[in-house]
Amino acid sequence: MNTARAAAILLTKELRLEFRTRELLSATVIFALVVVVLFSFAFDPTNAESRRYGPGLLWIAFLFAGSLMLNPSFAREQANDTLDALRMAPVSSFAILSGKMLANFIFMSLAEVVLVPVFAVLYNVSLAGVAWRLILVLVLGTSGLVITGTVFSAISAHARMRELLLPLLLLPILAPLLIAAVEATASLLTQDPALDRTWVAFLAGFDIVFLTASWLLCDYLVEE
Amino acid sequence: MRSMTGRIAGTVIVAALIFYAGYAALFIAPDEKTMHEIQRIFYFHLPSWMTCFTAFSIAFIANVAYITTRQPKWDWLGVAGAEVGVACCTIGLITGPLWARPVWGIWWTWDARLTTTFILWLLYVAYLLLRGLLEEPERKATLSAIFGIFAFLDVPLVYMSNRLWRTQHPQPVIFGGENSGLAPTMKLVLLLCVIAGFGVMILVLIDRYRLEQLRFEFEELRHEVESRSSDAQFMREKGRS
Repeated sequence: MNTARAAAILLTKELRLEFRTRELLSATVIFALVVVVLFSFAFDPTNAESRRYGPGLLWIAFLFAGSLMLNPSFAREQANDTLDALRMAPVSSFAILSGKMLANFIFMSLAEVVLVPVFAVLYNVSLAGVAWRLILVLVLGTSGLVITGTVFSAISAHARMRELLLPLLLLPILAPLLIAAVEATASLLTQDPALDRTWVAFLAGFDIVFLTASWLLCDYLVEE
Repeated sequence: MRSMTGRIAGTVIVAALIFYAGYAALFIAPDEKTMHEIQRIFYFHLPSWMTCFTAFSIAFIANVAYITTRQPKWDWLGVAGAEVGVACCTIGLITGPLWARPVWGIWWTWDARLTTTFILWLLYVAYLLLRGLLEEPERKATLSAIFGIFAFLDVPLVYMSNRLWRTQHPQPVIFGGENSGLAPTMKLVLLLCVIAGFGVMILVLIDRYRLEQLRFEFEELRHEVESRSSDAQFMREKGRS
């Protein structure tokens, strides 16, 4: 079976599993909302300031929510040793990994679809006119989060205290992604919005570097 | 026994070097015109960074080598490099602010170099933490090597992103090339300190490597003893029935 088809089948399995309960999605959205609300207490969000802090707050909320949401991605397979079954299937390990990456990307994007409009309302930010450019930034940023996060979820699934470990592994790695995503988003929320090409290119570069690394290392990652 | 003599000799030489380097940095090096005494911390600050980056590079090479060859010795070198690197990095992160406070007037600035090393420190502390939380030796070696490779790949990205970001804002402090215009005695003292720093690093690295090797051998022996004693017990019970 070729990799794309195997990944697609695994993706359907992940989606079916999630949409039976929708536990992960609702927990992620609520958690990110809690972060957004708590930030409004930490910094009084008046109009001008919300433009300055808004993008940072939004991405911090996504990164924190993502580092929690990605936890069950591989840990869930351990309860019934289903990862062993997957490994025995005649599919490449990159198919397993990319199926999970795609599923996590869809979950994270769905959460963002809910969160971004809520954020825009709560922090009085106008998104009209920049929607497509914002989607580009969101897609590139979310890809970076999901690529590294899925790999680290496979690593932390075998460790003790894995719920605590995953954010510790993931958040420092994502520091450059956070800077780039926040700057790119901020450039879209100014008075005259313009897409900052440098940061968009940086985000794409981040995604490519870590996707290549995961592709090269996935045999060792899934095999263990 | 020969290796023991070598180790003692190495330790004595490095100890003498580091003491002489300390003496030279404090008493032989000339006084710096504007910064005075506090500038002397620089003789330990710079070597700590050089050893830190060398140790992390060794850890990265060992991680890649482990993934490709699967020989446990590369895992021992990986953990040794990461641990020594974290120690050197910590020294650098402590001596830096001590110097910056009187000279720049601030303990810390979120400049590209400082931020990158701070993230680097966090990443390798996470690497060591991860090793502590993984149980099976082989799985621990592979998974931590993968994380080590990801962490090292992240470092240039952190540096680039901070450079791009900070240049868009006015910098609170601008580095004036530290190596430009060093007095000849200062250069010699610095060279001595760098050599002494690398001596300490290599010594600790070798010791840490040996410790990991001993741990590995100890675990193997323990497994063997356990399997033998359970075999013996099985035979005894079989004989009884």
